[in-house]
Amino acid sequence: MPLDSPLLQHLARRSEAIAIPLIALAAGFILFALFLLLQGQSPANYFALVYKAGFGTAFSWQNTLTRASPLILAALCVALPARLGLIVIGGEGAIVLGGVAASAFAMFFPGATGLVGLLLMGASAAAMGALWIGLIGLMRYGRGVNETISSLLMAYIGVALMNHLVEGPLRDPSSLNKPATYPLSAEQRLGSLPGLDIHWGLVIGIVSCFLVWILMTYTRWGFSARVAGGNVRAAQVQGLPVGILIVGFTALGGAFAGLAGMVEVAAVHGTANASLASGYGYTGILVAFLARHNPLVIIPVAVLLGGFEAANGLVQRRMDLPDATVLVLQGFVFISILISETLYGRIRLFNPEHWKITPATMRENS
Amino acid sequence: MTTDIGLWGVPLAIIGGAIRVSTPFLFVSLGECLTERSGRINLGLEGTLVFGAMSGYATAYLTGSPWLGVLAAAICGFGFGLVHGWICALPRVNDIAVGIALMLFGMGLAFFFGKPFIQPVAPDLPTINLGAWSDIPQIQAALKINVLFIIGIVLAVTMAWMFRNTQLGLTIRVVGDSDAAARAMGLKTNRIRFLSTACGGALAGIGGAYLSLYYPGSWNEGLSSGQGLMAVALVIFARWNPLNCFWAALLFGGAGALGPALQSIGITQGYYLFYAAPYVLTLALLIATSSPSKALTGAPGALSITR
Repeated sequence: MPLDSPLLQHLARRSEAIAIPLIALAAGFILFALFLLLQGQSPANYFALVYKAGFGTAFSWQNTLTRASPLILAALCVALPARLGLIVIGGEGAIVLGGVAASAFAMFFPGATGLVGLLLMGASAAAMGALWIGLIGLMRYGRGVNETISSLLMAYIGVALMNHLVEGPLRDPSSLNKPATYPLSAEQRLGSLPGLDIHWGLVIGIVSCFLVWILMTYTRWGFSARVAGGNVRAAQVQGLPVGILIVGFTALGGAFAGLAGMVEVAAVHGTANASLASGYGYTGILVAFLARHNPLVIIPVAVLLGGFEAANGLVQRRMDLPDATVLVLQGFVFISILISETLYGRIRLFNPEHWKITPATMRENS
Repeated sequence: MTTDIGLWGVPLAIIGGAIRVSTPFLFVSLGECLTERSGRINLGLEGTLVFGAMSGYATAYLTGSPWLGVLAAAICGFGFGLVHGWICALPRVNDIAVGIALMLFGMGLAFFFGKPFIQPVAPDLPTINLGAWSDIPQIQAALKINVLFIIGIVLAVTMAWMFRNTQLGLTIRVVGDSDAAARAMGLKTNRIRFLSTACGGALAGIGGAYLSLYYPGSWNEGLSSGQGLMAVALVIFARWNPLNCFWAALLFGGAGALGPALQSIGITQGYYLFYAAPYVLTLALLIATSSPSKALTGAPGALSITR
């Protein structure tokens, strides 16, 4: 194929957005491998264990996919506001309060079972999450409050509120050592996919990603959000409802994080307790950034990071490493993905306009 | 011996608590103030704080000297600041996102290396008893002042003076207010930001050492819960003025002491809600002092957070 073939140039441009994140991911893994070597540990052993416990068997896949579903939903809570140029990192607060809302719904409406009951329970969790994160959008639009700081503060407040509710008004008196809400009845719980030991949360997450993708790609709202994310002033001059967009997108992101909490309560824990604050909201930030806020890419990235989290227990036991090992790995990957932002447009291979720089073309361009 | 002083115990405990709790806020906010005055934001100081707490505690335990612990925490914080400064100087890298990444990374590293130090007991930082004149134990307890608190006050005054009256302070302010002006003056903006960020990180590390070496005075994974982040918000409220940082840190310390103070007189209802008081206060102050349309008064012009 000649160098000026449009197909080749198109492929080169498109592959930049795939190749650079992959390079960054590999660089993060290499840095982590060096870190393990410095600790006197074998990186090969580590990655072999992760493969075995995260992706090696049907059982490990079940474990991985179970962890991937809250990660997918938590990442949407970062990716949606990111389209407007907002960095919201407080998904954890919406997750824990969504979980509390779901368990409160189950407590006050014990008769609401089956599909309708689950839908209503999901709606209450989503509404709670939407309220929590939507408030952050409102503060941003109405008062110019920095959304990154306010969202993390709201996450701390959310966790405190959950502890208050779980140990106070909503507490099941029979939960002695670990305060929790009343357990959901068997009819109120979210079951497994037919024939598999993976709960429906995964389907909820994947469907959510596709819905968000359609919203972003094919609707007026998605287009307006991208315009506003590029330049708020230009969007306002165009008459786009920037306030509604900001509050709407943050609230929608929060709704997904709230759903993640409902899934954790209805499918995993069976009650709301302090285990809800297990850091999915924070890992979700990394998932969204690795996927470059693309809702469809969030799915495989969440599965990958879910696998590392699923394998953490085995790594801990076999290699005698602290449980924070996976946090260190995530830190290396996060930093290298952010550094890789600087590479866009600078690698000649991906930029056809730089392919044939000869004295003649340079004279033409100048 | 305990003297019953009834409800007077609450304001006393809040004042004493404010002095005890405010020191990490003070150090982190002074560090962030320095960094932001040079035109860069570092949201990762929460991670620096936690890593400083761990490294300070570990060093103090291994060497037996709490001051070596403080030094180690400052060096580690300096290192985190260097990394942040280096990454942010690359073109097209988002400094807010880098801050988040370094926050999570710093906490992860601290938990990774800190595991063996959760059990052992390290020596505490020394205190000065300003309450020795009183024979009421509550007053004595409230006025037990840590040396780092006093160093923090001196630092705040020095920094305010430096920004106003020295060439170094002027240089940092110019770099923070306008890239173009700084370059026209022949200043190396990147190097000045780099060093300001690193020194800011060192201060945050010292704040962390205070947490683990004095109050609460032990190392565990739940040691800091957002103090580093609140300190960043506090700088906005303090309008980038080191002296205001001191008053704001005292206010935040008082809010943080509210829960334990009420608990000490037997109010345990809604403990978690009082525990959330500093976050709510921070949020309320942000809402009250931010503005949707115009740049904030006193804000460094080149700062990405206020644009």
